[in-house]
Amino acid sequence: MISVGARAATGGKRGRRRSPKPIEVQFRTIVSPHQLNSRWGRRIYWVVLVAVLVLFTLAFVFPLYWMVTGALKTPEELAQMPPTLFPADPTPTAFFEAWDLFDIGTLLLNTGYYSLGGWVVCMAVDVSAAYALSKLRPMFGNVILGMMLATLMIPAMVVLIPLYVTVVDLGLLNNPWALWLPAAANGFNIFLLKRFFDSIPRELIEAAQIDGAGAVRILRSVVLPISRPILGVVSIFTIVTSFKDFVWPLLVMTDSDKMTISVGLSQTAGAVTQNQVMGGLLITSIPMIIVFFIFQRHIMAGLTAGSIKG
Amino acid sequence: MQILRRNLTAYGFLCAALACFTVFAWYPMVREFILSFQKTDLINEPIWVGLDNFVTAFQDPAFGEAWLNTLEFTFLALLCGYAVPFVVALVLNELRHARAYLRFVVYLPVMLPPIVAVLLFRWFYDPGPGLFNQVLDAFGLPPLAWLDSSSTALISLVIVSTWMNMGSATLIYLAALQNIPPELYEAAELDGAGIWKRIRHVTIPQTRLILLLMLMLQIVATMQVFIEPYMLTGGGPENATVTVAYLMFQNAFTLQDYGSAGALGMMLMIVLLVFAAFQLRLTREDKA
Repeated sequence: MISVGARAATGGKRGRRRSPKPIEVQFRTIVSPHQLNSRWGRRIYWVVLVAVLVLFTLAFVFPLYWMVTGALKTPEELAQMPPTLFPADPTPTAFFEAWDLFDIGTLLLNTGYYSLGGWVVCMAVDVSAAYALSKLRPMFGNVILGMMLATLMIPAMVVLIPLYVTVVDLGLLNNPWALWLPAAANGFNIFLLKRFFDSIPRELIEAAQIDGAGAVRILRSVVLPISRPILGVVSIFTIVTSFKDFVWPLLVMTDSDKMTISVGLSQTAGAVTQNQVMGGLLITSIPMIIVFFIFQRHIMAGLTAGSIKG
Repeated sequence: MQILRRNLTAYGFLCAALACFTVFAWYPMVREFILSFQKTDLINEPIWVGLDNFVTAFQDPAFGEAWLNTLEFTFLALLCGYAVPFVVALVLNELRHARAYLRFVVYLPVMLPPIVAVLLFRWFYDPGPGLFNQVLDAFGLPPLAWLDSSSTALISLVIVSTWMNMGSATLIYLAALQNIPPELYEAAELDGAGIWKRIRHVTIPQTRLILLLMLMLQIVATMQVFIEPYMLTGGGPENATVTVAYLMFQNAFTLQDYGSAGALGMMLMIVLLVFAAFQLRLTREDKA
């Protein structure tokens, strides 16, 4: 293994070649910093880096690029073989056509309403349940928590049919509560919230009690302000999940003026041209991409919050 | 007296959650059991039929195929969806540049609604002007039938499923890799372990718990695959992509036979529960 200094000396033969900037290492991983900065280590590193960048861009960004440009092409250009990499004459007409054909305005409004309403219901139900289980510690609290967590072992698809039958029996078809109430029965949210509430020091609660605060007051003025990070994570995941959901809204929101955007797209996609479909898909993706841009940190933190310690 | 008051307030806070769970989580599990022994179309009064639903389900010619396809799908999805994210996370963890970009990009498909990914890939798979065949053509390779051939349909579904789901697994592994104390690698290096040995004797043992957990989660998630066959192939061609969840959905909502769908659901639930119990034991033995 040739050290950086020796390398610079041998490089001197071919004129004034600056010794390359070493690759910075903030943390130790499998490959040691020494190996990484050796002559071959450095070469391999840059080759791998470029390969990964190209591969990732092709695999994850290019399909989206193809979707956007697909929406900007005319149907004739889309049918052309081989396809054009750039739209010859980009026109946004497909977006407006898609907007009208799919009735995207209504669909987006519906989906937004269901997501936000579901978020309110879910937070109200789950936060108060987690608070009760964590701080008020009722009799059989652990049994209840256990039973709530047990529902996580049963995959959603398996209980889909009995759940549907139950909703039909209750007469909740085409009623937003059919989306909101089952979503509120979320054991994972309660688990995450309870674990965070458990970490709030007992003294803080007791001090508030001495000041004469009741349970509601303590929840509002002590617990909730401290718990902002976890409330943020749970909120984002609740809203994103309900925006993305497909199978359940497909079953319970069947009226065409009450459908969610995913279901609406799936119903109409076969009847319109390909560039209009792509326009519709792009409009549907934009809200989630914006959410991802804004809340990237929260989402990535939340992803690992539940799993690492679990 | 005080204890009673505390319990009353606690149950006051809990009652909404208890109601939701009772009606929409616990009761449906019981209802599944009841449903699987009844004949019901949700219009007429249900009739008790004993094991008839299970017999009907077994006699369905698609039944065996559906289970085989589900197993095959799960196996293929594990090959792609389990191994690929781990390897990707290993590589990403070594890179010192563009980390934020790579993480953002790999998670991007997870953020998209599944319907977007599925409809997008339906177009890519188009045997004529679809992107994939055009790329094959550009390299001088013969075109594939993708979704239209029973030999490639299932793997095509696995590709979509991996594309839209691998981001979360990758980021979870990445976080686990960053939690490995660097001293372990230094010690291994001093003992003369090469890169491969460092992965085998440090990285994998250190992330073993999360690897096991993700294995269980992914099997449970892939065994209930539905949206891909529903939107892309409709179970075809020649039942090559009928999965158990898809068959269940069809029995219930196309044939209005909720009983035999319930019976299928029961079988799927039992299989998954047995599997979950097995995994739990494995993790416990692992700790002991």
